[in-house]
Amino acid sequence: MTQDILDNVEFDAEGFMVKASDWTKEIGEAIAEALEVELTDRHWHVIDFARTDFEESGEPPTLRRITKQTDVDMKEIYQLFPDGPAKLAANIAGLKKPTGCI
Amino acid sequence: MAKPSRALHKSSGTNGNRKLALIASKGSLDMAYPPLILANAARMSGIDVEMFFTFWGLDMITKKKMKNLNVATVGNPNMHPWFHIPTLLGALPGMSAAASWMMRGEIKKLGFPRVPEFIEQLIDAGANVYGCKMSMDMMKLTEADLVDGAIVLGAMEFMDLTEGAQIVFV
Repeated sequence: MTQDILDNVEFDAEGFMVKASDWTKEIGEAIAEALEVELTDRHWHVIDFARTDFEESGEPPTLRRITKQTDVDMKEIYQLFPDGPAKLAANIAGLKKPTGCI
Repeated sequence: MAKPSRALHKSSGTNGNRKLALIASKGSLDMAYPPLILANAARMSGIDVEMFFTFWGLDMITKKKMKNLNVATVGNPNMHPWFHIPTLLGALPGMSAAASWMMRGEIKKLGFPRVPEFIEQLIDAGANVYGCKMSMDMMKLTEADLVDGAIVLGAMEFMDLTEGAQIVFV
């Protein structure tokens, strides 16, 4: 029933949150469940960094930025978020769709 | 408005079976980046990537050459105005090195990795990297000369691997 929480959240046509400031950890968990991603501490490490970085820059971090600024390397991030780490991480973190091409 | 779901991440290799085949045939610094950037964007979106390096493109994955790719300053109509060099001057010694140095600086400013690091990043990201067998025979190279993780492959085998893929030739 964790999915009910998403009923009151505003998403765009691609399933990304419209207002990043509405995000809570519970919403993040529900989005991850909908995306079939099982969250571990390592996922949260990436999500927390993405949130903090977004607050400073206004853009979801690129994968390169995540791997340079955290101890999560490129191989691991693709294991954590298979099938599109840039989009999946931003989606779960409640951020808009990333546009950076690196 | 749509709730997040796996189906919305359509381009994903698992969901959509989308696969991109990139053939990199140029070994100059300016022509090395387009296939690398496209391959990286594809992997970031969850699209499967097969990269075939052929002819001068092989320089991009050859250990001895990948660090020192250069911009051609003669006969290159694609020069950015900022480092545009008239053809006659471009033939002077050091011109290509200077233009390459400038371009590396611009690439660094954008936060893009240099070619060897970019290739390593792509392999870590799960892109498959192949060296063209025929070109390697011609240049007297073996798999040991290629970056770790690269595999030697014939063109026909590459065709088999990329059935149904979208193919981009650079």
